[in-house]
Amino acid sequence: MSSVETRLATKPADYKSDVKPIWCPGCGDYHVLMSFTRAFAQLGLPPEQIVVVSGIGCSSRIPAYTNCYGFHGVHGRSLAIAAGLKVTRPDLTVVVASGDGDGYSIGGNHFLHACRRNIDMTYVVMDNHIYGMTKGQPSPTTEPEFDTALSPGGTGVRPFHPLVVALASGANFIARCFSGEPNETADVLAEAIKHPGFSFVEILSPCVTFRPDEKAWKEQVHPASVGPTADQGKAARRLMTDDGFNIGILYRGNRAPFQPAVGASDTDLSQLEKGFEL
Amino acid sequence: MTKTPGTPKVASLNDLLSVAYQIEIDAVERYNLLADQMETHNNPELVKVFRDLARAEGIHGEEIRRLAGDFDVVTRARQIANFERGESPEEAELGSAHYMMTPWHALQLSLAGEKRALAYFTSIVETAKDPKVKTMAAELVEEEAEHVNLVHRLLRRYPKPSVTWADDMDPPVSQE
Repeated sequence: MSSVETRLATKPADYKSDVKPIWCPGCGDYHVLMSFTRAFAQLGLPPEQIVVVSGIGCSSRIPAYTNCYGFHGVHGRSLAIAAGLKVTRPDLTVVVASGDGDGYSIGGNHFLHACRRNIDMTYVVMDNHIYGMTKGQPSPTTEPEFDTALSPGGTGVRPFHPLVVALASGANFIARCFSGEPNETADVLAEAIKHPGFSFVEILSPCVTFRPDEKAWKEQVHPASVGPTADQGKAARRLMTDDGFNIGILYRGNRAPFQPAVGASDTDLSQLEKGFEL
Repeated sequence: MTKTPGTPKVASLNDLLSVAYQIEIDAVERYNLLADQMETHNNPELVKVFRDLARAEGIHGEEIRRLAGDFDVVTRARQIANFERGESPEEAELGSAHYMMTPWHALQLSLAGEKRALAYFTSIVETAKDPKVKTMAAELVEEEAEHVNLVHRLLRRYPKPSVTWADDMDPPVSQE
């Protein structure tokens, strides 16, 4: 089979489930779902070889809308679930979906250590700078002056900088995308999935209900002026100084992924349980 | 970054019909997705508008398939109908949807899509070397121009809503 035929063996619709998304009309996450299915089709991955793991929030509904295996986990714990899955089943393609609240606040600690461990999986965070599902509270990436009913006048707190944190913690691939460009995002996701180790893709995905101002992102995003670097120093300068709307693959490292030998420490569970008997 | 029509390579009449077919099918899928969204958000008037638009595009798609005769436009479309940026021309902008949108807004989305399709087929008329492709593309231009006029006629039924169209007496913000 030629490469073209291989690519055509699957189409994005093959990865969609019959469950209708219930996001708000205009939500960026519809495009992200599209990018997921396009990336999977582009890679020609069989749906049964992909697992989409998520936590809690609007973005975390995504596994139900795909035809792949899915795990809608607990708040902030998607990376822990995914890490366990990937080390025991390295043959599977593991993609983790999260949002800025789930991923950077409740799951912030898991984020650091998932980057550090560098397990071969792809972490996609749909960042809308707000908690959407719980109706508009400020999240770790909300601008300090953004006024909400729960934070009159803004939080006054410096926002979390996920790309810099990912780099400092050891992520092996770092990219930023915009949901309104589903093809470009699909291309980046496909690259992220192919890249060995922990790949982190932040997707700016507007919340049209609680952050209608984010519709302007369409005009603010711009392609990264230079290609990805493998130099952490250069990447750090680049990520620290960019305007937050720089789109593309920004860092592509070459650290070997962490993968313990499967089966090396297999132990009969009943024997283990005996050790805890009173 | 604005959405621009893509430029799949059209080397033959069958290629053109395949791309034209895919454009219609993509539009059907998009309108149905928007109708689903409106169903979820209890906007039945818009459900009907989007379903009607989907039905109309589906009929166009089938007409194109019939024009292609025995040629398998579905398979060929999958091979060549890759639009450079984002989506095929007639797909309505997903990001412009709103749970309280009115038929006027839906028709504006439709109008923009028809205009993009018109621009796409016009570009083929202007660049095609094969006379058969040129002739068929010209027919498609005529059809799209008629669709643009049709949407304009439909818009007469739905005047532009007032600036307060998105005011919700029971807004989703519950933290106040």
